[in-house]
Amino acid sequence: MEIYRLSAIDIKEGILKGDFKVKEVVEAYLKRIEETEKKIDALLFVNSEQALKQAEEMDKKGPDPEKKLWGVPVVVKDVLTTRDIKTTCASKMLENFVPFYDSEVVKRLKESGAIIIAKSNMDEFAMGSSTENSAFKITKNPWDLTRVPGGSSGGSAASTAAYQCPVSIGTDTGGSIRQPAAFCGVVGLKPTYGRVSRFGLIAYGSSLDQAGPITRSAKDAALVLSVIAGKDPKDSTSSSEPVPDYLALIDNFKDLKGVKIALPKEYWEYELDKDIDKKSKEFFELLKSLGAELVSISLPHTKYAVATYYIIVMAEASSNLARYDGVRYGYRAKDVKELIKMYTKSRSEGFGFEVQRRIILGTYVLSAGYYDAYYKKAAQVRRLIRDDFLSAFNSCDVILTPVSPILPFRLKEKIEDPLQMYLADIFSCGLNLSGLPGLSFPIGLGEREKLPVGVQFIAPPFKEEVLLGIYNKVEKELTPLPEPYGLVS
Amino acid sequence: MKISKEEVQNIAKLARLEIAEDKMELFSRQLSQILEYMELLSEVDTTDVEPLYSPIEHMTPYREDEVIREYSRKEVLSNAPEDDGKYFIVPKVVN
Repeated sequence: MEIYRLSAIDIKEGILKGDFKVKEVVEAYLKRIEETEKKIDALLFVNSEQALKQAEEMDKKGPDPEKKLWGVPVVVKDVLTTRDIKTTCASKMLENFVPFYDSEVVKRLKESGAIIIAKSNMDEFAMGSSTENSAFKITKNPWDLTRVPGGSSGGSAASTAAYQCPVSIGTDTGGSIRQPAAFCGVVGLKPTYGRVSRFGLIAYGSSLDQAGPITRSAKDAALVLSVIAGKDPKDSTSSSEPVPDYLALIDNFKDLKGVKIALPKEYWEYELDKDIDKKSKEFFELLKSLGAELVSISLPHTKYAVATYYIIVMAEASSNLARYDGVRYGYRAKDVKELIKMYTKSRSEGFGFEVQRRIILGTYVLSAGYYDAYYKKAAQVRRLIRDDFLSAFNSCDVILTPVSPILPFRLKEKIEDPLQMYLADIFSCGLNLSGLPGLSFPIGLGEREKLPVGVQFIAPPFKEEVLLGIYNKVEKELTPLPEPYGLVS
Repeated sequence: MKISKEEVQNIAKLARLEIAEDKMELFSRQLSQILEYMELLSEVDTTDVEPLYSPIEHMTPYREDEVIREYSRKEVLSNAPEDDGKYFIVPKVVN
């Protein structure tokens, strides 16, 4: 098999066994990036020079079996800071921003022997569901180049789907790992809030943001999570909950006998794309045939999730993005002689339309007179949404839901109607409001459109091994997806 | 309209943004639509429900107050649009 098709686990093992060198791995992926990138535009920066140099140094030293990702190339979403490598958030505001520190996620990846091979495209400041809000380029879905890859981690998901890397890192505030993973036919894990440090993750919605892996298998996701998870003194919301050996734990799921999987009726009775509906029903049968017990539940506050989520995330965004003032870093408007004008011009010229929309709405819901009606109200409904989930877990191991009610849509199809775009987050954002972990994975291609269909498992806090364990078992029973159609020449 | 152009202009000013005149119509229409949709929450009875601001409800832990030199001045200034090697420079504030 060609190196670029291997999993992260097989790459590491291949290097340890001496089948190939780190340099060969890096070269294989750089070549693959060159071949596919002109079709999908997933990346903002390819770190070729440094990656090759690092590979040579690693080969000189020889493999270190203790390092979990030795020689594994990783693509990182451009919202995570990388020391001496531009980190733009796909915004004109940070077009020339070169951080002098690594985000904790990147630091841990590097320490485990991973190679940062590229930074990926995204919706500006992670605000969007299609990656069309990037200030720099439009990423295409590898399955159909006329369609969006989803967002906001669309570059990371498309990159993993196109075999530009075995593993990419995305971030998920309201679905931004899981929805693009579903759209591109790959596996996306949004860890429990607090599982992974947010230090160096450029803030959007601080009570919601989490970074996580986008891979092509349960095992690779487990391996990467075991590297990036854990307490970090630099993020006070990171949890000191011990990090288990996810890879070892998921093998404990020998079968699905006695596993209780709950289907929330508010999700499955929602108007779903026919392909998603049909594939999912086939998937239910598969789960039953493996011994799982499917039970119906109700999450009564589901219909309020989108409104609650957008009030909270916009409020947090307006506060977080106040830091971009043209003083310490970022874009500064030229030739402005007065301070307030300098702030205003820099922000108005540096931020794109969607970012400005969210800052203004966030400022509105936090302003005197509206705070109680919007922000406080949303925070109260947020608790009700979380309570729905937590009480559901009294009677099941995991919850199974669609990731998105719709299949990957066409480029430009929805960008003019922000509310319609927001509404499609109905199945993904409740989980962030509740801080729960979720795993999105492909269950096959739809019959009519031949596009990937994804579903997600949701687990109680810090039960990532349950998500990964159940999916690892199921994965072997599903027909593997073919080469993404947009890349077949 | 849930929110008038004047209101949008005012809020934008608070957020240190200015919306171009030709985008204003579209912008306030979209903002109104979104805010109208958010009205949905008013039908939920939240009497006595404690707001949930973060999924982590534990107290923010204290750490030792130690001085650690993590970054140099040069590094901290390295992305400044304007600096003099010591300080960030902004347009003159006092006369």
